[in-house]
Amino acid sequence: MIEFTFWDILRNLLLATRWTIVLSLIAFVGGATVGLLLTFMRLSSNRWLQRLTSLYVDLFQGTPLLMQLFLIFFGAAAMGHPISAWLAASIALTLFTSAFLCDIWRGCLEAVAKGQWHASRVLGMNYFQTMRHVILPQALRLSIPPTVGFSVQVIKGTALASIIGFVELTKAGTMLNNATFEPFTIFALVALLYFALCYPLSCYARYLEKKLYDAGLR
Amino acid sequence: MGPTLDFLTLLPYVSELLKGFTTTVILTVVTTLTGLSLAVAVAYLRVNAQPWVRWGLGGYVEVTRNTPFIVQLFFIFFGLPGLGIKIDAITAAFIAMTLNLAAYSAEILRAGISATAKGQLEAGRALGMTTLQSYRHVVLVPAFARVYPALISQSIIVMLGSAVVSQISVFDLTYAANFIQSRNFRSFEVYLLITLVYLLLAFGMRRSFMLVGKRVFAYQQGEQR
Amino acid sequence: MTLVYVDNVHKAFGDLKVLKGINLSVAQGEVVAIIGRSGSGKSTLLRCLNQLEKHDSGQITIADKQLDAASMSPKELSENVGMVFQSFNLFPHKTVGENVCLAPLVVRGEEKAEVEKVAREVLEKVGLSDKYGAYPAQLSGGQQQRVAIARALAMRPKVMLCDEVTSALDPELVGEVLRVLEALAAEGMTLILVTHEMSFARDVADRVVFMHQGRIHEEGAPSELFSNPQTPELKQFISAVL
Repeated sequence: MIEFTFWDILRNLLLATRWTIVLSLIAFVGGATVGLLLTFMRLSSNRWLQRLTSLYVDLFQGTPLLMQLFLIFFGAAAMGHPISAWLAASIALTLFTSAFLCDIWRGCLEAVAKGQWHASRVLGMNYFQTMRHVILPQALRLSIPPTVGFSVQVIKGTALASIIGFVELTKAGTMLNNATFEPFTIFALVALLYFALCYPLSCYARYLEKKLYDAGLR
Repeated sequence: MGPTLDFLTLLPYVSELLKGFTTTVILTVVTTLTGLSLAVAVAYLRVNAQPWVRWGLGGYVEVTRNTPFIVQLFFIFFGLPGLGIKIDAITAAFIAMTLNLAAYSAEILRAGISATAKGQLEAGRALGMTTLQSYRHVVLVPAFARVYPALISQSIIVMLGSAVVSQISVFDLTYAANFIQSRNFRSFEVYLLITLVYLLLAFGMRRSFMLVGKRVFAYQQGEQR
Repeated sequence: MTLVYVDNVHKAFGDLKVLKGINLSVAQGEVVAIIGRSGSGKSTLLRCLNQLEKHDSGQITIADKQLDAASMSPKELSENVGMVFQSFNLFPHKTVGENVCLAPLVVRGEEKAEVEKVAREVLEKVGLSDKYGAYPAQLSGGQQQRVAIARALAMRPKVMLCDEVTSALDPELVGEVLRVLEALAAEGMTLILVTHEMSFARDVADRVVFMHQGRIHEEGAPSELFSNPQTPELKQFISAVL
């Protein structure tokens, strides 16, 4: 058996953290793109599009992320196109993120005061003019704190990719544990590394939220 | 294996499915109760206790909210025995879920309390109640009512997150699915079915929570038009 | 010349009948104050005049054009009717100047330089030319409401609707807003105001309309109406508010 010093463990965990970060970025950027699309579908006047998007959001919010991951990973294989854990995790996390962001952003659009619509209407603006010049800019400002806050959920969500065998921080932890039998140290370190990634984002989200609040926008 | 779906192959495993279902439901019901109760205590102490208690609880809440549930679970199940604290898988699952739900719900409740407390506390004090009495009799219920929807969502999130306890061999729904697909090799069908069960559980949970809420917060009925 | 003509207008929210046959005509340059208890339908009437609420039956004609969803676009409506709200509804993410310029630029596609010139003129008129670059949050309530008036004026409407424009203001800020409205009235702007400021209604309005339970209960010149109310409801209302 190879001997692992504390520094070996930490070094290996840090190396694996890179993949947690990369997967988080993919999920977040992909999720934001799909989420934006969904938000616009949700806003459209087409009843079917509206229903379809709310169904999508309900499905992803009402089922475990782990099952979403399994269904994509094993589903692709069952259809004769096996995909890597890496790709399955990217897809599942992207879809998961898009559903939550769509819900958050719709909430922000609805949070813009009704009076803003009335004032725009009275000034003669049509729906698109009102959206573009009045509602969207305000909703965008409202949406930044909860969006940053949700990025923490995305990072934590990537830990589940370990279960289908993608070697990121959590998987590296279990592998090192199997090799060293120092579970306390290893999982404490794993937790600490996640904390180091997530806590600054949580604090930043809270700061932004407070700033909005102080500006009287919330 | 073709791309066709075949749910009949699941039939021989009904007892496993039932076992997994029961475990998930029991885990959820118990940890929802313990988690929310602990959350009340944490929320109260974070406002009213000694500074060092507040600080310690703040640390607990932040660590829990900023690390993945699966890592918390592994730390409790694999890590704590390293310190000589031995626990079985199901107990580890109970503890991890309770601590997780409590940390989030304590934050939610704290927001509800700070939005409710000032006027109610002053009224309580004017009537000669102690802080603890005021909380018990006049703060907690309105605060709970105010954040009840958020607490429902959080409890559902914890239920869905419990799929992960299969990874420490707790025989829950997901474990049953893993078990079945390792025997009949119809992974997609199994997971599709299990996902549907989770969806129904989430729906059922929201419904029952709302029914309970309607009863408990009946005093609000007039307010809600 | 009649500018606003309301003929037998009805409006209900579900089972609740809010307007039960309103007849009203307002001449160009006239200042009409609508008074009445809350729930009497006065705000709903005002909101029907610019179609923020659609009336169920009856006719509303403004500047010889009939109002209903099909016949008048928001753009066309905005050329005739301006409105100022109780809660200002300024765009918080835009400066005072941008608030005033937005609609002329976007809706009318007017020249930027020209629009900015008009914006400075209307801001001058409400006494806020020095606040062109300020954000709404940096202004007092009274100043915000004056910006809202300027924003409505920049569209050069034929009639201005004012929906309890001083109700959200601290008492010491009410005067500055009322003075602006008074000046507009003196310039010949047609104004229809829902108001709780009885002294303002008495001093500035040409006509006062008392609404009660969805109908116009009594109307007339302010001097007569206030000193010699004909109906017990108006008597009671006046004694309650004065």
